[in-house]
Amino acid sequence: MRAARDMAAKLLHDPSAVLGLLIILLLVAVAAFAPLIATHPEAVWDMNPRHRLLPPSETYLFGTDRMGADIFSRILFGARITLTIAIVAVGAALVIGVPIGLISGWRGNWLGETLMRISDIFLAVPQIVLAIAISQTLGPSIENVILALSVTYWPWFTRLVHAEVRSLKNETFIEAAIALGVPTWRIVLSHVLPNVMSPIIVRTSIGMGFTILTASALGFLGLGAPPPAPEWGRMISESREFLPEAWWSALAPGLAIFLVVMGFNLLGDGLRDVLDPRIRRGNAGR
Amino acid sequence: MSLAPLLEVETLSRHFAVRHTFGWKMGTLRALDGVSFKVGPGETLGIVGESGCGKTTLGKVLAGIHSPSGGRILFEGTDITGRSVALTRAVAPKLQYCYQDPGNSLDPRWTIRRSLAEPLLVHTALSADDREARIGNILQQVGLPATHLDLYPHELSGGQQRRVGLARILTLQPRLVVLDEPTSGLDVSVQASVLKLLRKLQETFTLTYLFISHDLSVVRTMCDRVAVMYAGRIVELAPTETIFAAAKHPYTLSLLAAIPDIGGRRVTDTFALEGEPPDPVRPPSGCRFRTRCPRAADVCAAIDPPLRQIAPGQSVACVRA
Amino acid sequence: MSSIHGSDVATPGDNLLEVDTLRVSFVTEAGAAKVLDGVNLTIRTGEIMGLVGESGCGKTTLANTILGILAGNARHEMGSIRFGGENLLAMPPSRMEDEVRGSRITFIPQDPYASFNPLFTVGAQTLEVMKWKSPRRAPGEGRGIAGFFSRYPRARRRRDAEAVGQMWRAVQMADPAAVAGKLPHEFSGGQRQRLMIALALLPQPRLVIADEPTTALDVTIQAQILKLLKQLAKSRGISVLFTTHDLGTAYEICDRITVLYAGQEVETAPVDDFFRRPHHPYTVRLLDSLPRPGRELREVGGEIARLIDPPAGCRFHPRCAWATDICRRERPPLTSLAGGHEVRCYHPIVEAAS
Repeated sequence: MRAARDMAAKLLHDPSAVLGLLIILLLVAVAAFAPLIATHPEAVWDMNPRHRLLPPSETYLFGTDRMGADIFSRILFGARITLTIAIVAVGAALVIGVPIGLISGWRGNWLGETLMRISDIFLAVPQIVLAIAISQTLGPSIENVILALSVTYWPWFTRLVHAEVRSLKNETFIEAAIALGVPTWRIVLSHVLPNVMSPIIVRTSIGMGFTILTASALGFLGLGAPPPAPEWGRMISESREFLPEAWWSALAPGLAIFLVVMGFNLLGDGLRDVLDPRIRRGNAGR
Repeated sequence: MSLAPLLEVETLSRHFAVRHTFGWKMGTLRALDGVSFKVGPGETLGIVGESGCGKTTLGKVLAGIHSPSGGRILFEGTDITGRSVALTRAVAPKLQYCYQDPGNSLDPRWTIRRSLAEPLLVHTALSADDREARIGNILQQVGLPATHLDLYPHELSGGQQRRVGLARILTLQPRLVVLDEPTSGLDVSVQASVLKLLRKLQETFTLTYLFISHDLSVVRTMCDRVAVMYAGRIVELAPTETIFAAAKHPYTLSLLAAIPDIGGRRVTDTFALEGEPPDPVRPPSGCRFRTRCPRAADVCAAIDPPLRQIAPGQSVACVRA
Repeated sequence: MSSIHGSDVATPGDNLLEVDTLRVSFVTEAGAAKVLDGVNLTIRTGEIMGLVGESGCGKTTLANTILGILAGNARHEMGSIRFGGENLLAMPPSRMEDEVRGSRITFIPQDPYASFNPLFTVGAQTLEVMKWKSPRRAPGEGRGIAGFFSRYPRARRRRDAEAVGQMWRAVQMADPAAVAGKLPHEFSGGQRQRLMIALALLPQPRLVIADEPTTALDVTIQAQILKLLKQLAKSRGISVLFTTHDLGTAYEICDRITVLYAGQEVETAPVDDFFRRPHHPYTVRLLDSLPRPGRELREVGGEIARLIDPPAGCRFHPRCAWATDICRRERPPLTSLAGGHEVRCYHPIVEAAS
């Protein structure tokens, strides 16, 4: 589609968006090729007490942690966990939130209102408290973190889509399609949905960053994957007792989180600049 | 009319509830209040009136965008009033509604080709090749090159978007097209070309037009008969030249008196109609025009005059005509 | 000589406003849009001058330039606007605001639904204007930051309120006593335009610029408003610059008409002569394209000139059937014909049009 190509070209002209994109590609590459890049793949899970808390050196790029595992390799493998949590949690929120938003936005009646109130309820739940509750009941694991995150994040998509659909309903071209006899399902899927895709995409990217941050917080609190999983948040938590001497054990995972979240935010901002003004300006230009 | 009418409208009404902040009903806005007329195949009927007269509501009710509150619509002899979903799908290809700016009816994210193909996809079972052929033909009829098919609406000029919007309606080869203010807000030079295009399309595709406009001089050039509307009713219905030469209803006469006549008398010297159209929620008793009518008498407050025929082809809703 | 308000005596027929070779461009990302290209215009005391042109011809820009409210990306490249002996374009903005805009030159905008602040009553908004623009206000009174907090002198306020009430009666508002307390949305479009006319006339201006004031109104309301505006302007000796794209409206209200095409004025004439004997090819085509009964619809042909890379010379030449080489190179000079009729064309049409 020519439109997609034009937008991609425009995105690549924005330096901060490109930076964001590169960071995320790096994250994906790291997660995919972790076994190949890691200097000490076997040391990720093993305990090696003789090498504990060594500072960064040639052998151990980011030093070692309290178990003697190579932090660099742990970071790389941790990227897999981070990426998995982000994709699945946000993906689930998307899959739940968008259809609900479409229905409630299109049908403004009691159904729409009820759905919005339900989403309000979920929106009011504090993520961390819910995560703690779930972990207490079902035990700490990545799956429970994902559950807690998606359950509390889907309302954001719903509200977004609901608002967009409601304003879109008044657009002339939608009314024209109705007058033409186009069936409702077709209008919603082929006219409404593509026109709300832009804010959804932007929100997805920013949501990834937000989710990773929260997941790290949950990991820090010990609610994520149990040790010895190389989850970044947990790594920071474990390094607490050894600060400030073994500074590298907190810095590395902290930097990783920071970098990845920033990457998603930059990309999200870049996408917003590319997606929205183009259509607005185009439609108003006469 | 020798042939059976294509469209028959009988006491068509459309009321809107006027609600308080909390949703309580405060009153009824009688946007359309008992309108009746017939349209023969191939003719152009003009619907003329000022804001609030109900002409836009009439167009949208006929197109199925609003459902009527009362009355009947007969299209090709079939009653299409209660428009169920299935009935809409059957009728839509033959009865089309054209917006004031047809370019606005295009999805900004769709290419022209896709927008033009959509009606065919929904209503016909044509093959891709047949669709392409029909689209190409229509595009040519509205005077646009085939290269435009791959463009997006915002890449076309306003005038070109308008033509595409018109083309989209014609892909289904409708029989009746409701044109809602097709020349409003257009510069004079553009207006002439739009009217010429509409005429040409009417000939090529044997269309019947319902021409809604507030501009009487445009209506005079395009329409065979004219219905003048005021406050939700038709107050006069007659062939075009009769309206301009021998109108009977006082409102029609005022409307005609308000049109500038270049080279002739000055409206600013002669115009006499005071006041504004009535509040559609609380219209005056009896005849709705009586509060402004130069010929109003006591009887006008008591009787709400029906549209009745006073001469062959000419009907007026006035007791003092 | 230049007093703040039109109460001093000026001979009708004098030139009140002279726009001389005005050139204005707008800087856009696509390039410089040369919106006004050496426009000349005169308005005499007590006359209603019509500025006729289609969208994009520059009439709104001209109005904005006279008022001094051009957008930030506008560049005034050449020319002057003389009003009451002074060049408005050379006047410091503070003086423009204090002495000219809204007092000696007032404005009636096109969209009656956008002119009033929906949150405040009409009475409050009108009196606010009177606080600053009343003919009884001393020049410089209450200016500056302190002015924001300054009181409205009570005696003047009373007299101003009386004047407002009288004006509302003069513009034929139904129930003038009840107008002050109402909010704008309680009035129809026609009524709002009457209120705008009142606002434009209360400061006792010398010139009122009316920017397509009846375009958004129904035809019967338009007739009422045109009649009102004409009567009020004539009875008070106020000049009006009336812009419109509707030739019928121009015929109704104007004494003289100037046609603007793509930033160039092409023809000026007294109204009857203008319609009976148009000379410029564009004018002829424009009049021809008006729908007339029993006659084929005629178009002007071609597309309106772009302003970013405009045609050289006479900007109408690409659409003109009579264009020759010189038309493409040099803008035609002014030719004065009989009866105050002026045209800019190398090949004016001289036979009588229909």
